[in-house]
Amino acid sequence: MDVVLLQLLTGLSGASSLFLVAAGLTVIFGVTRVVNFSHGSLCMLGAYIGWTILTHLPRDPAWFVAGVLLTAAATGLIGMALEMTLLRRVYRAPELFQLLATFGVVLMVQDITQWIWGAEDLPLPRGRWLRGGVEILGGRFPIYDLALIGVGPLVLGLLWLLFTRTRWGTLVRAATFDREMVSALGVDQRMLFTSVFALGAALAGLGGALGLPQASANLNIDLTVITDAFVVVVVGGLGSLVGAFLASILIGVLQAFGVLLLPQATLVLAFLVMAVVLVLRPNGLLGKAQATARSASIACLVRPAPTALKLFAMAALLVAITAPFWTEPFLLSVLTEALISILFAASLHVMMGPGGMPSFGHAAWFGIGAYTVGLLVGAPLPLALPLALLVAGLIAAAFGLFVVRLSGVYLAMLTLAFAQIVWAIAFQGVSFTGGDNGLLGIRRPGWALDAGNFYWLTLGVCLGGTLLLRRILYAPLGYAIRAARDSAVRAEAIGLPTNRLRLAAFTLAGAAAGLSGGLFSYAKGSVFPTYISIGHSVDALLMVLLGGVDSISGPIVGALAYTGLYDMLLRATSLWRLVLGATIVVLVVAFPEGIAGASQRLWHRVRPT
Amino acid sequence: MSVLAVSGLQKNFGGVRAVDDVSFSVAAGEMLALIGPNGAGKTTCFNMVGGQLAPDHGAIHLAAQNVTGLAPRQIWRLGVGRTFQITATFASMTVRENVQMALISHHRGLWRIVRAARFSHVAEASDLLGQLGLDDQADRAAGLLAYGDLKRLELAMALASRPTLLLMDEPTAGMAPTERMALMALTRRLATERGLAVLFTEHDMDVVFGVADRILVLDRGRLIAEGSGTEIRANPQVRAVYLGTGATSGGH
Repeated sequence: MDVVLLQLLTGLSGASSLFLVAAGLTVIFGVTRVVNFSHGSLCMLGAYIGWTILTHLPRDPAWFVAGVLLTAAATGLIGMALEMTLLRRVYRAPELFQLLATFGVVLMVQDITQWIWGAEDLPLPRGRWLRGGVEILGGRFPIYDLALIGVGPLVLGLLWLLFTRTRWGTLVRAATFDREMVSALGVDQRMLFTSVFALGAALAGLGGALGLPQASANLNIDLTVITDAFVVVVVGGLGSLVGAFLASILIGVLQAFGVLLLPQATLVLAFLVMAVVLVLRPNGLLGKAQATARSASIACLVRPAPTALKLFAMAALLVAITAPFWTEPFLLSVLTEALISILFAASLHVMMGPGGMPSFGHAAWFGIGAYTVGLLVGAPLPLALPLALLVAGLIAAAFGLFVVRLSGVYLAMLTLAFAQIVWAIAFQGVSFTGGDNGLLGIRRPGWALDAGNFYWLTLGVCLGGTLLLRRILYAPLGYAIRAARDSAVRAEAIGLPTNRLRLAAFTLAGAAAGLSGGLFSYAKGSVFPTYISIGHSVDALLMVLLGGVDSISGPIVGALAYTGLYDMLLRATSLWRLVLGATIVVLVVAFPEGIAGASQRLWHRVRPT
Repeated sequence: MSVLAVSGLQKNFGGVRAVDDVSFSVAAGEMLALIGPNGAGKTTCFNMVGGQLAPDHGAIHLAAQNVTGLAPRQIWRLGVGRTFQITATFASMTVRENVQMALISHHRGLWRIVRAARFSHVAEASDLLGQLGLDDQADRAAGLLAYGDLKRLELAMALASRPTLLLMDEPTAGMAPTERMALMALTRRLATERGLAVLFTEHDMDVVFGVADRILVLDRGRLIAEGSGTEIRANPQVRAVYLGTGATSGGH
């Protein structure tokens, strides 16, 4: 019995920390409609700033509280600066570009933090009061954790007072409900947005500082925290504070017991909860149905490529085919990877562009393909590669049944949840996936051992696959998929089965990504859980969005540009994340329609059709 | 035999009875207008016939087949084309491609992946575009059309499946008066030539009295009158609904 109670208390204290971060995220989303990926980074900054402040203060409770509040204020100011310099410029951009811009911030903050505080974990020297505990039913429970349990409800209460009893709070609630109306009434939106963002950032900083005594300031906080916070916010319903509170308790307590009962599945648990909730309640526990996505505002006509572009593509193909004759081995391996990236990005394009389903976990399919090859140790390549495609496609078809019922951010989050589940299986299923050590020694058959031959195989498979996808997009099926995206009600009224079409797009995307993953296993000779990481999913998103979502040339250009940029950066500077992040931010602000989209527009401006 | 027969149709939204015990039928070649003040339940009726909403009570028959509660797609398959009050077209396609899409669906070519879609049913699409006077706009993006043209595009898409029943929700809203009459004259011709049954709602009374064979008047969800233009004009209950009970007589 006492074990259960102690575990429950542990869960509730974890829930408090979760809630602080999630509350900030949900408040920001409610007003600005931006899903702030950099929220975890603000939390991480809170931890580091808190560490610096608290190590300079006397170690007693009163000073601790003062230091933590000071940290929250400092993070609030950083948030304010971030909003005024960057976010303000992307409010009108499509949802995914906002996510991308804030992910650029994540990368930048990682390098800046490491540059200032170093790569070592920074534990907080704990004063005597922090080590104290209380006797509960014969067990000892840390007094700090007990205090933390109270913080969640306290903050919820304060926020409630702020939102219901002040003029500012009323405006925020009104803006959450109808942003246009509030601005039509003459409220200065800019002040409102900046202050809301500052509040959210302060909450994140508070969460980061309060987490210090239990852990340490480290560079992994940002992505860990943001995935947890996404789960909480999505389970609770985007924009709902009370929903976030309930969800954080649900997930905090479940995780506490999960550690006890199923230590092998702790990573999967939270995402499993999210998946179940989203399937049963597509808008989260307390969320309301979202207004239709803004991304559908200006849809581009899809035209066959102009002759000049086709000629250019032929020339590029010629260069690509002859590459093994004139490049050094290192460049050839980079090119091989770039080709795989093209198919990977093109597969994401199919579901994101024409399918209208943004995915935040596309690496899942890549990983499934890669592990299929990795686990079929004995199978010859001509059998293993098609199996990678087939297995990924079949799993995508099954999982897609749930996905296609959602849209927008919720859909993106469900795909993220699925990718995290696949990642967790790869990471924790040590007995068959090798866990963190991965699967090594994937051997290519004799004829493909030669780097040049394998390069040609990759060229054939990836370009063939991409061209096939393009073919399908221009064929009736592709048009029907696009029709279902443009107007579901019209599509149904002329007999198009919209959900089946979306499922077809999803399955195609999964299968093609699986094929690219299988090839990647052979290219590297090994498979690791990192293939399924959030970072890799974001890579795919970056490639598609950099290139532009409106035509298949987008992901091709994007994949090449991204692979090239990445490789150059890795070699040129140790601060590559900072440069890459800044580049992403600048690109999003400058070219909201992607590189290919922007050059297409320029082309048409020069040569009106 | 009627193409569409609706009996005892009822639909509640929360505590509001939007449609209450409505029965009517449409014969082949007949144009039936559904009129009434805003909020009378016209679009709700339409959405139940089209399958976008399921009725709480009542039955809908197409020819002899009971289609109550079927999905829009199944109802479309049985020969019902429709246009929407708020136009719905495919914004990322040209006008021609919108029509081609409807034709591809009609000819069951949806899952083909080899030949490019823009080469599908070109002649048939041109024919439909010509009939509706959209040929000069054929290669423009549907998202860039004027509202009246969008309405015509919707009609072209609805006609692509050679329907036996056409549902038109405010077909002429946003059009110039001459355009209105031209569109309704075209619809009239199609109804006569193909034996197409047409059910439409409309706020423009010139259009209603000009082309409808029969008129149904809805008020607060109930059917209060049914008859020819002359009968409806003379009906005191209809005058009360439209003009108010104490109204002085005069043109509308």
